[in-house]
Amino acid sequence: MKKMSRTIAYAILALGALTMVFPFFWMIVSSLKTAAEVNTTPPTFLPESPTFDNYVYAFEKAPFARYFLNSVIVTAACVASTMFTTILAAFAFSRLKFPGRDVLFASLLALMMIPFEMLIITNYQTIVGWKLTDTRWALIIPFTSSIFYTYILRNFFLSIPDSLYYSARVDGASNWRYLWRVMVPMAKPALATIGLLNAITCWNAFLWTVLVTNSPENRTLPFGLYAFMTSSGIRYERLMAAATIVVIPMVILFVCFRKNIVTGVSRGGLKG
Amino acid sequence: MKRLEKAARRDRSKLSARAALAPAAFLAPFMTGLAIFTLYPFVNVILISFKEKYKMLTGEFSAFGTENYQAVLGDPNFLNGLRNTGLYVLFVVPAATVIALFLAYLLNKEIKLKGLFQTCYFLPMVTSVTAIGLVWKWMFNYDYGLINYLLSLFGADAVNWLNNPAYNLPALIIYGIWSMLPFTIILLLAGFQNINAQYYTAARADGAKPGKIFLRITLPLLAPTIGLTLIINMISASKVFSELFPLFNGQPGSAYSLYTVVYYLYDAFYVQWKLGRAAASAVILFVIVLALTLVQLFIQRKWKNY
Repeated sequence: MKKMSRTIAYAILALGALTMVFPFFWMIVSSLKTAAEVNTTPPTFLPESPTFDNYVYAFEKAPFARYFLNSVIVTAACVASTMFTTILAAFAFSRLKFPGRDVLFASLLALMMIPFEMLIITNYQTIVGWKLTDTRWALIIPFTSSIFYTYILRNFFLSIPDSLYYSARVDGASNWRYLWRVMVPMAKPALATIGLLNAITCWNAFLWTVLVTNSPENRTLPFGLYAFMTSSGIRYERLMAAATIVVIPMVILFVCFRKNIVTGVSRGGLKG
Repeated sequence: MKRLEKAARRDRSKLSARAALAPAAFLAPFMTGLAIFTLYPFVNVILISFKEKYKMLTGEFSAFGTENYQAVLGDPNFLNGLRNTGLYVLFVVPAATVIALFLAYLLNKEIKLKGLFQTCYFLPMVTSVTAIGLVWKWMFNYDYGLINYLLSLFGADAVNWLNNPAYNLPALIIYGIWSMLPFTIILLLAGFQNINAQYYTAARADGAKPGKIFLRITLPLLAPTIGLTLIINMISASKVFSELFPLFNGQPGSAYSLYTVVYYLYDAFYVQWKLGRAAASAVILFVIVLALTLVQLFIQRKWKNY
Protein backbone atom coordinates (compact mmCIF):
# COMPACT_ATOMS: atom_id res chain seq x y z
CA MET A 1 0.00 0.00 0.00
CA LYS A 2 2.71 2.44 1.01
CA LYS A 3 4.79 1.38 -1.97
CA MET A 4 1.92 2.03 -4.32
CA SER A 5 1.23 5.54 -3.03
CA ARG A 6 4.95 6.21 -3.40
CA THR A 7 4.84 5.08 -7.02
CA ILE A 8 1.82 7.26 -7.68
CA ALA A 9 3.57 10.24 -6.09
CA TYR A 10 6.56 9.73 -8.36
CA ALA A 11 4.34 9.34 -11.40
CA ILE A 12 2.54 12.60 -10.66
CA LEU A 13 5.78 14.44 -9.99
CA ALA A 14 7.29 13.10 -13.20
CA LEU A 15 4.25 14.09 -15.23
CA GLY A 16 4.31 17.57 -13.70
CA ALA A 17 8.03 17.94 -14.30
CA LEU A 18 7.57 16.89 -17.91
CA THR A 19 4.86 19.51 -18.39
CA MET A 20 7.06 22.24 -16.99
CA VAL A 21 10.13 21.32 -19.02
CA PHE A 22 8.46 20.34 -22.25
CA PRO A 23 8.17 23.81 -23.83
CA PHE A 24 11.94 24.23 -23.42
CA PHE A 25 12.59 20.87 -24.99
CA TRP A 26 10.19 21.69 -27.80
CA MET A 27 11.80 25.06 -28.37
CA ILE A 28 15.25 23.53 -28.79
CA VAL A 29 14.05 20.60 -30.88
CA SER A 30 12.09 22.89 -33.20
CA SER A 31 15.04 25.24 -33.56
CA LEU A 32 17.15 22.38 -34.91
CA LYS A 33 14.63 21.31 -37.55
CA THR A 34 14.37 22.31 -41.18
CA ALA A 35 11.41 24.36 -42.38
CA ALA A 36 9.93 21.27 -43.99
CA GLU A 37 10.24 19.15 -40.87
CA VAL A 38 8.74 21.75 -38.54
CA ASN A 39 5.50 21.77 -40.49
CA THR A 40 4.68 18.08 -40.48
CA THR A 41 1.89 16.09 -38.90
CA PRO A 42 2.47 14.09 -36.82
CA PRO A 43 5.38 16.10 -35.42
CA THR A 44 8.76 14.45 -34.99
CA PHE A 45 10.05 14.52 -31.43
CA LEU A 46 13.68 14.55 -32.42
CA PRO A 47 15.02 16.36 -35.48
CA GLU A 48 15.78 13.95 -38.33
CA SER A 49 18.84 15.83 -39.49
CA PRO A 50 19.69 18.49 -36.87
CA THR A 51 20.78 21.77 -38.39
CA PHE A 52 22.10 25.01 -36.96
CA ASP A 53 20.98 26.96 -40.03
CA ASN A 54 18.23 28.71 -38.05
CA TYR A 55 20.73 30.06 -35.55
CA VAL A 56 22.98 31.24 -38.35
CA TYR A 57 19.98 32.90 -39.96
CA ALA A 58 18.96 34.65 -36.74
CA PHE A 59 22.47 36.00 -36.14
CA GLU A 60 22.73 37.15 -39.76
CA LYS A 61 19.34 38.80 -40.09
CA ALA A 62 19.18 40.53 -36.74
CA PRO A 63 21.95 41.86 -34.48
CA PHE A 64 21.40 39.23 -31.81
CA ALA A 65 25.02 39.48 -30.71
CA ARG A 66 24.46 43.19 -30.06
CA TYR A 67 21.17 42.50 -28.25
CA PHE A 68 22.96 39.90 -26.18
CA LEU A 69 25.72 42.30 -25.20
CA ASN A 70 23.16 44.97 -24.32
CA SER A 71 21.28 42.52 -22.13
CA VAL A 72 24.49 41.56 -20.33
CA ILE A 73 25.47 45.20 -19.76
CA VAL A 74 22.03 46.31 -18.60
CA THR A 75 21.54 43.30 -16.34
CA ALA A 76 24.98 43.63 -14.75
CA ALA A 77 24.52 47.34 -14.14
CA CYS A 78 21.03 46.87 -12.69
CA VAL A 79 22.12 44.10 -10.35
CA ALA A 80 25.26 45.92 -9.19
CA SER A 81 23.46 49.18 -8.46
CA THR A 82 20.47 47.47 -6.83
CA MET A 83 22.70 45.32 -4.63
CA PHE A 84 24.56 48.41 -3.48
CA THR A 85 21.49 50.43 -2.50
CA THR A 86 19.84 47.33 -1.03
CA ILE A 87 22.78 46.39 1.19
CA LEU A 88 23.08 49.90 2.58
CA ALA A 89 19.34 50.33 3.15
CA ALA A 90 18.89 46.88 4.67
CA PHE A 91 21.72 47.65 7.08
CA ALA A 92 20.13 50.93 8.12
CA PHE A 93 16.76 49.28 8.64
CA SER A 94 18.12 46.35 10.61
CA ARG A 95 21.10 47.56 12.59
CA LEU A 96 21.09 51.33 12.90
CA LYS A 97 18.67 52.93 15.32
CA PHE A 98 17.01 56.18 14.40
CA PRO A 99 13.68 57.76 15.24
CA GLY A 100 10.81 56.65 13.01
CA ARG A 101 12.75 53.75 11.56
CA ASP A 102 10.03 51.15 11.86
CA VAL A 103 7.28 53.49 10.74
CA LEU A 104 9.34 54.41 7.70
CA PHE A 105 9.99 50.77 6.92
CA ALA A 106 6.33 49.86 7.25
CA SER A 107 5.31 52.63 4.89
CA LEU A 108 7.90 51.45 2.39
CA LEU A 109 6.35 48.00 2.53
CA ALA A 110 3.01 49.59 1.71
CA LEU A 111 4.64 51.19 -1.34
CA MET A 112 5.39 47.69 -2.61
CA MET A 113 1.75 47.54 -3.63
CA ILE A 114 2.23 50.20 -6.29
CA PRO A 115 2.35 48.41 -9.60
CA PHE A 116 5.27 49.41 -11.79
CA GLU A 117 2.88 49.71 -14.73
CA MET A 118 1.27 52.65 -12.96
CA LEU A 119 4.55 54.54 -12.91
CA ILE A 120 5.52 54.21 -16.56
CA ILE A 121 3.82 57.43 -17.67
CA THR A 122 5.73 59.77 -15.39
CA ASN A 123 8.93 57.75 -15.53
CA TYR A 124 8.79 58.01 -19.29
CA GLN A 125 8.45 61.79 -18.95
CA THR A 126 11.42 61.84 -16.57
CA ILE A 127 13.57 59.85 -18.98
CA VAL A 128 12.52 62.12 -21.85
CA GLY A 129 13.28 65.17 -19.70
CA TRP A 130 16.75 63.83 -18.92
CA LYS A 131 17.24 63.18 -22.65
CA LEU A 132 17.94 59.53 -22.02
CA THR A 133 15.43 57.98 -24.40
CA ASP A 134 16.85 55.29 -26.62
CA THR A 135 19.91 54.76 -24.43
CA ARG A 136 20.83 51.86 -22.23
CA TRP A 137 20.88 54.24 -19.25
CA ALA A 138 17.12 54.44 -19.55
CA LEU A 139 16.96 50.71 -18.86
CA ILE A 140 19.14 50.93 -15.76
CA ILE A 141 18.55 54.18 -13.88
CA PRO A 142 14.90 53.68 -12.89
CA PHE A 143 15.67 50.28 -11.34
CA THR A 144 18.33 50.94 -8.73
CA SER A 145 16.09 50.69 -5.66
CA SER A 146 13.97 47.73 -4.71
CA ILE A 147 11.81 47.63 -1.62
CA PHE A 148 11.24 43.91 -1.98
CA TYR A 149 14.92 42.97 -2.02
CA THR A 150 15.62 45.38 0.83
CA TYR A 151 12.87 43.66 2.80
CA ILE A 152 14.38 40.22 2.19
CA LEU A 153 17.88 41.32 3.06
CA ARG A 154 16.77 43.25 6.15
CA ASN A 155 15.10 40.10 7.47
CA PHE A 156 18.30 38.21 6.89
CA PHE A 157 20.39 40.87 8.59
CA LEU A 158 18.05 40.79 11.58
CA SER A 159 18.88 37.11 12.05
CA ILE A 160 22.55 37.98 12.58
CA PRO A 161 22.99 38.31 16.37
CA ASP A 162 23.33 41.79 17.86
CA SER A 163 26.25 40.69 20.01
CA LEU A 164 28.43 40.44 16.93
CA TYR A 165 27.69 44.06 16.12
CA TYR A 166 28.35 45.39 19.58
CA SER A 167 31.61 43.51 19.96
CA ALA A 168 32.77 44.75 16.58
CA ARG A 169 31.81 48.29 17.54
CA VAL A 170 33.59 48.04 20.85
CA ASP A 171 36.63 46.86 18.95
CA GLY A 172 36.41 50.12 17.06
CA ALA A 173 35.02 48.92 13.72
CA SER A 174 32.92 51.52 11.93
CA ASN A 175 29.43 50.76 10.68
CA TRP A 176 30.74 50.74 7.15
CA ARG A 177 33.52 48.31 7.95
CA TYR A 178 31.27 46.06 9.99
CA LEU A 179 28.72 45.95 7.19
CA TRP A 180 31.15 44.93 4.44
CA ARG A 181 33.48 42.77 6.56
CA VAL A 182 30.98 40.89 8.69
CA MET A 183 27.38 41.19 7.53
CA VAL A 184 27.80 41.03 3.79
CA PRO A 185 29.95 37.87 3.86
CA MET A 186 27.43 36.26 6.23
CA ALA A 187 24.54 37.22 4.01
CA LYS A 188 25.99 35.64 0.88
CA PRO A 189 23.13 33.16 0.38
CA ALA A 190 20.50 35.91 0.69
CA LEU A 191 22.52 38.20 -1.57
CA ALA A 192 22.89 35.47 -4.16
CA THR A 193 19.15 34.94 -4.09
CA ILE A 194 18.15 38.54 -4.56
CA GLY A 195 20.92 39.10 -7.08
CA LEU A 196 19.67 36.19 -9.09
CA LEU A 197 16.02 37.22 -8.88
CA ASN A 198 17.02 40.71 -9.88
CA ALA A 199 19.11 39.47 -12.82
CA ILE A 200 16.21 37.37 -14.07
CA THR A 201 13.85 40.35 -13.86
CA CYS A 202 16.26 42.67 -15.69
CA TRP A 203 17.09 40.15 -18.37
CA ASN A 204 13.43 39.53 -19.13
CA ALA A 205 12.09 43.09 -18.83
CA PHE A 206 9.88 43.90 -21.77
CA LEU A 207 7.29 46.66 -21.33
CA TRP A 208 9.73 49.36 -20.24
CA THR A 209 12.28 48.44 -22.91
CA VAL A 210 9.63 48.80 -25.60
CA LEU A 211 8.77 52.25 -24.27
CA VAL A 212 12.21 53.79 -23.92
CA THR A 213 14.41 52.08 -26.49
CA ASN A 214 13.96 52.08 -30.21
CA SER A 215 17.09 51.65 -32.31
CA PRO A 216 18.57 48.16 -32.69
CA GLU A 217 21.83 49.29 -31.07
CA ASN A 218 20.07 49.77 -27.74
CA ARG A 219 17.62 46.88 -27.72
CA THR A 220 17.93 44.08 -25.23
CA LEU A 221 17.16 40.48 -26.12
CA PRO A 222 13.41 40.24 -25.39
CA PHE A 223 12.62 43.35 -27.41
CA GLY A 224 15.06 42.22 -30.10
CA LEU A 225 13.30 38.89 -30.26
CA TYR A 226 9.92 40.57 -30.58
CA ALA A 227 11.24 42.85 -33.31
CA PHE A 228 12.66 39.79 -35.07
CA MET A 229 9.25 38.15 -34.94
CA THR A 230 7.42 41.13 -36.41
CA SER A 231 10.05 41.85 -39.07
CA SER A 232 10.99 38.43 -40.34
CA GLY A 233 7.60 36.79 -40.32
CA ILE A 234 6.30 33.72 -38.53
CA ARG A 235 8.78 30.99 -39.34
CA TYR A 236 8.75 28.87 -36.24
CA GLU A 237 12.05 27.06 -36.73
CA ARG A 238 13.80 30.44 -36.89
CA LEU A 239 11.79 31.97 -34.06
CA MET A 240 12.58 29.01 -31.83
CA ALA A 241 16.30 29.44 -32.54
CA ALA A 242 16.05 33.12 -31.58
CA ALA A 243 14.01 32.28 -28.47
CA THR A 244 16.65 29.75 -27.44
CA ILE A 245 19.32 32.45 -27.64
CA VAL A 246 17.28 34.57 -25.23
CA VAL A 247 16.41 31.80 -22.79
CA ILE A 248 19.60 29.70 -22.50
CA PRO A 249 21.77 32.10 -20.44
CA MET A 250 19.13 32.35 -17.73
CA VAL A 251 18.64 28.58 -17.75
CA ILE A 252 22.36 28.07 -17.20
CA LEU A 253 22.40 30.66 -14.44
CA PHE A 254 19.42 28.98 -12.82
CA VAL A 255 20.79 25.43 -13.01
CA CYS A 256 23.99 26.63 -11.31
CA PHE A 257 22.28 28.60 -8.56
CA ARG A 258 19.02 26.78 -7.96
CA LYS A 259 19.87 25.93 -4.35
CA ASN A 260 20.53 29.59 -3.54
CA ILE A 261 17.07 30.53 -4.70
CA VAL A 262 15.24 27.85 -2.78
CA THR A 263 17.12 28.12 0.51
CA GLY A 264 17.40 31.88 0.24
CA VAL A 265 13.72 32.50 -0.38
CA SER A 266 12.67 30.16 2.40
CA ARG A 267 15.18 31.57 4.87
CA GLY A 268 14.98 35.28 4.27
CA GLY A 269 11.87 35.92 2.28
CA LEU A 270 9.06 34.10 3.93
CA LYS A 271 8.40 33.71 7.56
CA GLY A 272 4.63 33.38 7.47
CA MET B 1 26.01 41.61 27.02
CA LYS B 2 24.11 44.48 28.65
CA ARG B 3 27.40 46.17 29.37
CA LEU B 4 28.48 45.94 25.77
CA GLU B 5 25.21 47.43 24.67
CA LYS B 6 25.70 50.28 27.07
CA ALA B 7 29.23 50.76 25.83
CA ALA B 8 28.01 50.89 22.29
CA ARG B 9 25.31 53.37 23.22
CA ARG B 10 27.77 55.57 25.02
CA ASP B 11 30.07 55.35 22.05
CA ARG B 12 27.23 56.51 19.83
CA SER B 13 26.12 59.39 22.05
CA LYS B 14 29.67 60.66 22.01
CA LEU B 15 29.61 60.81 18.29
CA SER B 16 25.98 61.82 18.26
CA ALA B 17 26.22 64.18 15.30
CA ARG B 18 27.98 61.59 13.21
CA ALA B 19 25.72 58.84 14.44
CA ALA B 20 22.66 60.80 13.45
CA LEU B 21 24.04 61.19 9.97
CA ALA B 22 24.84 57.53 9.55
CA PRO B 23 21.28 56.32 8.85
CA ALA B 24 20.74 59.16 6.39
CA ALA B 25 23.96 58.32 4.56
CA PHE B 26 23.14 54.63 4.38
CA LEU B 27 19.62 55.30 3.18
CA ALA B 28 20.38 58.06 0.70
CA PRO B 29 21.10 56.03 -2.47
CA PHE B 30 18.09 53.81 -1.90
CA MET B 31 15.71 56.63 -1.03
CA THR B 32 16.81 58.80 -3.93
CA GLY B 33 15.94 56.14 -6.48
CA LEU B 34 12.70 55.44 -4.68
CA ALA B 35 11.70 59.09 -4.52
CA ILE B 36 12.37 59.81 -8.19
CA PHE B 37 11.08 56.63 -9.77
CA THR B 38 8.38 55.42 -7.39
CA LEU B 39 7.10 58.09 -5.06
CA TYR B 40 7.06 61.06 -7.39
CA PRO B 41 5.53 59.21 -10.37
CA PHE B 42 2.95 57.68 -8.05
CA VAL B 43 1.75 61.07 -6.87
CA ASN B 44 2.12 62.62 -10.30
CA VAL B 45 0.09 59.98 -12.12
CA ILE B 46 -2.78 60.53 -9.69
CA LEU B 47 -2.60 64.26 -10.41
CA ILE B 48 -2.49 63.70 -14.18
CA SER B 49 -5.49 61.43 -13.96
CA PHE B 50 -7.52 64.42 -12.71
CA LYS B 51 -6.10 66.94 -15.19
CA GLU B 52 -8.39 67.49 -18.14
CA LYS B 53 -6.92 67.84 -21.63
CA TYR B 54 -3.44 67.24 -20.26
CA LYS B 55 -0.60 67.75 -22.73
CA MET B 56 2.50 65.70 -22.17
CA LEU B 57 5.10 68.04 -23.66
CA THR B 58 3.99 71.29 -22.07
CA GLY B 59 2.23 69.92 -19.02
CA GLU B 60 -0.73 72.22 -19.79
CA PHE B 61 -4.25 71.25 -18.83
CA SER B 62 -7.60 72.97 -18.81
CA ALA B 63 -8.97 72.11 -15.37
CA PHE B 64 -9.09 69.52 -12.62
CA GLY B 65 -11.98 67.11 -12.96
CA THR B 66 -13.10 63.58 -13.44
CA GLU B 67 -13.37 63.68 -17.22
CA ASN B 68 -10.63 61.08 -17.72
CA TYR B 69 -12.30 58.63 -15.37
CA GLN B 70 -15.64 59.09 -17.11
CA ALA B 71 -13.99 58.51 -20.46
CA VAL B 72 -12.17 55.39 -19.28
CA LEU B 73 -15.12 53.87 -17.47
CA GLY B 74 -17.32 54.55 -20.49
CA ASP B 75 -14.83 53.01 -22.89
CA PRO B 76 -15.92 49.53 -24.06
CA ASN B 77 -12.27 48.56 -24.50
CA PHE B 78 -11.56 49.31 -20.86
CA LEU B 79 -14.62 47.40 -19.68
CA ASN B 80 -13.52 44.54 -21.91
CA GLY B 81 -10.11 44.77 -20.27
CA LEU B 82 -11.62 44.67 -16.79
CA ARG B 83 -13.69 41.64 -17.65
CA ASN B 84 -10.78 39.73 -19.22
CA THR B 85 -8.43 40.60 -16.39
CA GLY B 86 -11.03 39.51 -13.85
CA LEU B 87 -11.61 36.20 -15.57
CA TYR B 88 -7.89 35.66 -15.94
CA VAL B 89 -7.28 36.22 -12.22
CA LEU B 90 -10.30 34.10 -11.32
CA PHE B 91 -9.10 31.08 -13.29
CA VAL B 92 -5.34 31.31 -13.14
CA VAL B 93 -4.72 32.08 -9.47
CA PRO B 94 -6.85 29.36 -7.83
CA ALA B 95 -5.83 26.73 -10.39
CA ALA B 96 -2.14 27.51 -10.08
CA THR B 97 -2.34 27.64 -6.27
CA VAL B 98 -4.14 24.31 -5.93
CA ILE B 99 -1.83 22.52 -8.36
CA ALA B 100 1.21 24.10 -6.73
CA LEU B 101 0.01 23.12 -3.25
CA PHE B 102 -0.30 19.52 -4.37
CA LEU B 103 3.09 19.46 -6.09
CA ALA B 104 4.85 21.28 -3.25
CA TYR B 105 3.39 18.74 -0.81
CA LEU B 106 4.88 15.91 -2.87
CA LEU B 107 8.18 17.72 -3.38
CA ASN B 108 8.49 18.26 0.36
CA LYS B 109 8.42 14.51 1.04
CA GLU B 110 11.47 12.31 1.30
CA ILE B 111 11.89 11.69 -2.39
CA LYS B 112 14.76 10.72 -4.59
CA LEU B 113 15.95 13.00 -7.40
CA LYS B 114 14.74 16.01 -5.43
CA GLY B 115 17.25 18.30 -7.14
CA LEU B 116 16.23 17.18 -10.59
CA PHE B 117 12.54 17.64 -9.85
CA GLN B 118 13.10 21.08 -8.38
CA THR B 119 15.14 22.13 -11.38
CA CYS B 120 12.34 21.04 -13.70
CA TYR B 121 9.62 22.73 -11.70
CA PHE B 122 11.38 26.03 -11.15
CA LEU B 123 12.85 26.38 -14.61
CA PRO B 124 10.01 28.42 -16.18
CA MET B 125 10.57 31.09 -13.54
CA VAL B 126 13.72 32.26 -15.27
CA THR B 127 12.29 32.59 -18.72
CA SER B 128 11.48 35.69 -20.66
CA VAL B 129 7.74 35.99 -21.27
CA THR B 130 8.51 37.05 -24.82
CA ALA B 131 10.67 34.02 -25.56
CA ILE B 132 8.62 31.33 -23.90
CA GLY B 133 5.42 33.03 -25.06
CA LEU B 134 6.65 32.45 -28.60
CA VAL B 135 7.09 28.78 -27.79
CA TRP B 136 3.50 28.66 -26.56
CA LYS B 137 2.38 30.48 -29.68
CA TRP B 138 4.05 27.72 -31.65
CA MET B 139 2.46 25.00 -29.49
CA PHE B 140 -0.96 26.68 -29.87
CA ASN B 141 -0.55 26.82 -33.67
CA TYR B 142 -3.72 25.63 -35.44
CA ASP B 143 -2.16 23.50 -38.18
CA TYR B 144 1.08 22.13 -36.76
CA GLY B 145 0.94 23.03 -33.07
CA LEU B 146 1.67 20.36 -30.54
CA ILE B 147 -1.42 20.99 -28.45
CA ASN B 148 -3.80 20.33 -31.30
CA TYR B 149 -1.78 17.25 -32.18
CA LEU B 150 -2.21 15.96 -28.62
CA LEU B 151 -5.92 16.73 -28.80
CA SER B 152 -6.16 14.77 -32.05
CA LEU B 153 -4.69 11.73 -30.28
CA PHE B 154 -7.74 11.82 -28.03
CA GLY B 155 -9.99 12.21 -31.05
CA ALA B 156 -10.76 15.87 -30.34
CA ASP B 157 -11.05 18.48 -33.08
CA ALA B 158 -8.30 20.99 -33.61
CA VAL B 159 -8.91 24.26 -31.75
CA ASN B 160 -8.05 27.57 -33.35
CA TRP B 161 -6.57 28.90 -30.11
CA LEU B 162 -5.02 32.10 -31.34
CA ASN B 163 -7.25 33.14 -34.24
CA ASN B 164 -10.71 32.33 -32.93
CA PRO B 165 -11.53 35.07 -30.40
CA ALA B 166 -13.54 32.61 -28.29
CA TYR B 167 -10.37 30.64 -27.54
CA ASN B 168 -7.98 33.55 -27.04
CA LEU B 169 -8.67 33.90 -23.33
CA PRO B 170 -8.52 30.13 -22.62
CA ALA B 171 -5.15 30.00 -24.38
CA LEU B 172 -3.91 32.92 -22.29
CA ILE B 173 -5.17 31.23 -19.13
CA ILE B 174 -3.47 27.91 -19.89
CA TYR B 175 -0.20 29.67 -20.51
CA GLY B 176 -0.76 31.80 -17.40
CA ILE B 177 -1.24 28.80 -15.10
CA TRP B 178 1.89 27.16 -16.44
CA SER B 179 4.00 30.24 -15.95
CA MET B 180 2.66 30.96 -12.46
CA LEU B 181 3.40 27.49 -11.08
CA PRO B 182 7.15 27.73 -10.36
CA PHE B 183 7.05 30.81 -8.15
CA THR B 184 3.96 29.49 -6.36
CA ILE B 185 5.59 26.13 -5.72
CA ILE B 186 8.69 27.83 -4.30
CA LEU B 187 6.65 29.96 -1.91
CA LEU B 188 4.53 27.03 -0.73
CA LEU B 189 7.51 24.70 -0.44
CA ALA B 190 9.18 27.27 1.77
CA GLY B 191 6.01 27.34 3.84
CA PHE B 192 6.02 23.54 4.20
CA GLN B 193 9.63 23.60 5.28
CA ASN B 194 9.00 26.22 7.93
CA ILE B 195 6.55 23.98 9.73
CA ASN B 196 8.15 22.60 12.86
CA ALA B 197 8.74 18.85 12.51
CA GLN B 198 7.79 18.33 16.16
CA TYR B 199 4.12 18.81 15.31
CA TYR B 200 4.30 15.85 12.96
CA THR B 201 6.22 13.71 15.41
CA ALA B 202 3.62 14.42 18.08
CA ALA B 203 0.71 13.75 15.74
CA ARG B 204 2.22 10.48 14.56
CA ALA B 205 2.85 9.41 18.12
CA ASP B 206 -0.86 9.96 18.74
CA GLY B 207 -1.60 7.70 15.79
CA ALA B 208 -3.05 10.35 13.45
CA LYS B 209 -3.50 9.34 9.81
CA PRO B 210 -1.68 11.22 7.01
CA GLY B 211 -4.90 12.74 5.64
CA LYS B 212 -5.85 14.03 9.06
CA ILE B 213 -2.35 15.36 9.66
CA PHE B 214 -2.55 17.30 6.41
CA LEU B 215 -5.95 18.82 7.18
CA ARG B 216 -5.45 19.48 10.89
CA ILE B 217 -1.78 20.41 11.07
CA THR B 218 -0.24 21.19 7.72
CA LEU B 219 -3.03 23.25 6.21
CA PRO B 220 -3.71 25.55 9.20
CA LEU B 221 -0.01 26.12 9.75
CA LEU B 222 0.42 26.78 6.07
CA ALA B 223 -2.52 29.19 5.93
CA PRO B 224 -0.46 32.39 6.28
CA THR B 225 1.84 31.26 3.47
CA ILE B 226 -1.11 30.36 1.27
CA GLY B 227 -2.63 33.77 1.97
CA LEU B 228 0.57 35.53 1.06
CA THR B 229 0.93 33.43 -2.08
CA LEU B 230 -2.61 34.31 -3.10
CA ILE B 231 -1.96 38.03 -2.65
CA ILE B 232 1.21 37.98 -4.67
CA ASN B 233 -0.32 35.88 -7.43
CA MET B 234 -3.56 37.86 -7.68
CA ILE B 235 -1.60 41.05 -7.95
CA SER B 236 0.74 39.73 -10.59
CA ALA B 237 -2.15 38.15 -12.53
CA SER B 238 -4.13 41.38 -12.54
CA LYS B 239 -1.20 42.94 -14.41
CA VAL B 240 -1.30 40.41 -17.25
CA PHE B 241 0.03 42.13 -20.34
CA SER B 242 3.37 41.03 -21.81
CA GLU B 243 1.98 37.64 -22.80
CA LEU B 244 -0.21 39.31 -25.43
CA PHE B 245 2.80 40.44 -27.44
CA PRO B 246 4.20 37.07 -28.49
CA LEU B 247 0.83 35.31 -28.58
CA PHE B 248 -1.13 37.87 -30.58
CA ASN B 249 1.60 39.88 -32.30
CA GLY B 250 1.17 42.79 -29.95
CA GLN B 251 -2.59 43.03 -30.46
CA PRO B 252 -5.14 42.51 -27.70
CA GLY B 253 -6.34 39.17 -29.03
CA SER B 254 -7.15 38.18 -32.58
CA ALA B 255 -10.29 40.35 -32.78
CA TYR B 256 -9.23 43.17 -30.43
CA SER B 257 -11.43 41.57 -27.81
CA LEU B 258 -8.71 40.57 -25.37
CA TYR B 259 -7.83 43.88 -23.80
CA THR B 260 -6.48 43.66 -20.28
CA VAL B 261 -6.26 46.53 -17.82
CA VAL B 262 -2.54 47.01 -18.37
CA TYR B 263 -2.87 46.56 -22.12
CA TYR B 264 -5.43 49.37 -22.11
CA LEU B 265 -3.05 51.52 -20.10
CA TYR B 266 -0.22 50.80 -22.54
CA ASP B 267 -2.45 51.44 -25.53
CA ALA B 268 -3.84 54.72 -24.19
CA PHE B 269 -0.38 55.90 -23.25
CA TYR B 270 1.99 54.69 -25.91
CA VAL B 271 -0.21 54.13 -28.95
CA GLN B 272 -2.86 56.84 -28.63
CA TRP B 273 -0.96 59.28 -26.41
CA LYS B 274 -4.06 60.02 -24.34
CA LEU B 275 -2.16 60.56 -21.14
CA GLY B 276 -5.13 61.52 -19.03
CA ARG B 277 -6.90 58.29 -19.86
CA ALA B 278 -3.77 56.26 -19.37
CA ALA B 279 -3.28 57.86 -15.95
CA ALA B 280 -6.89 57.24 -14.96
CA SER B 281 -6.64 53.58 -15.93
CA ALA B 282 -3.37 53.34 -14.00
CA VAL B 283 -5.07 54.68 -10.89
CA ILE B 284 -7.92 52.21 -11.36
CA LEU B 285 -5.34 49.41 -11.63
CA PHE B 286 -3.84 50.60 -8.36
CA VAL B 287 -7.23 50.65 -6.67
CA ILE B 288 -7.83 47.08 -7.81
CA VAL B 289 -4.47 45.93 -6.47
CA LEU B 290 -5.06 47.79 -3.22
CA ALA B 291 -8.52 46.27 -2.78
CA LEU B 292 -7.19 42.78 -3.45
CA THR B 293 -4.48 43.24 -0.90
CA LEU B 294 -6.85 44.54 1.77
CA VAL B 295 -9.36 41.73 1.24
CA GLN B 296 -6.59 39.20 1.37
CA LEU B 297 -5.08 40.65 4.53
CA PHE B 298 -8.49 40.61 6.15
CA ILE B 299 -9.11 36.97 5.27
CA GLN B 300 -5.63 36.04 6.31
CA ARG B 301 -6.07 37.60 9.72
CA LYS B 302 -9.33 35.74 10.29
CA TRP B 303 -7.79 32.51 9.13
CA LYS B 304 -4.90 32.88 11.52
CA ASN B 305 -7.21 33.14 14.51
CA TYR B 306 -8.85 29.89 13.60
